[in-house]
Amino acid sequence: MSEWIAFFALIAGALFVLISAIGLLRLPDLFMRMHATTKTTSLGMTLILIGVIVTFPTWSVLIKGVLIIAFIFLTNPLGAHMISKAGHLLGTQKWDRYVRDDLESSNHIKNT
Amino acid sequence: MIILGAKIALYILIASFFLIMVRLLKGPTLPDRVISLDLLAFVALGIVLLNMIITGELEYLDIVIVISLVIFIATVAIAKYLTKGKDYE
Repeated sequence: MSEWIAFFALIAGALFVLISAIGLLRLPDLFMRMHATTKTTSLGMTLILIGVIVTFPTWSVLIKGVLIIAFIFLTNPLGAHMISKAGHLLGTQKWDRYVRDDLESSNHIKNT
Repeated sequence: MIILGAKIALYILIASFFLIMVRLLKGPTLPDRVISLDLLAFVALGIVLLNMIITGELEYLDIVIVISLVIFIATVAIAKYLTKGKDYE
């Protein structure tokens, strides 16, 4: 039973990473590409780590695995948010079918 | 059965590695390349985890902890370097 859980968790995690790679290659814009990479890698790494925890059922692997999952879920959105803010500040090319951009219309840039 | 699943997942991760390399070489702007490197580091993390399952050595999990720390610090450092003190009010 636990073998089948580990089998499907590993393959599902790898497929999520493959979907995020396809999204990174195919989507037209920096912000959409970031949307594709961040969410799916969080879930994919969590599934692969669940497979590792089920494969090696000891306390040290469980504690380290849960710690890595918590750390990825804390830091991955933060890094993506900082990169997208940097990209918006640098004025990267946006997709031409966006309707509105509140950050561009209501703020001005400050040099510190 | 678990080792077979780990090998299949390894091939899927290698395929996604080549797709990410295309975007890394082609990427029009610098933040595109930064998120490509970020995703490439996650693929490396998954390959280390699957290698841990195939070989059965538990020491690889410490490497995964270090890589997951370095990914975050590298992303934040590159973002702060790209903006160079500019910020929204």
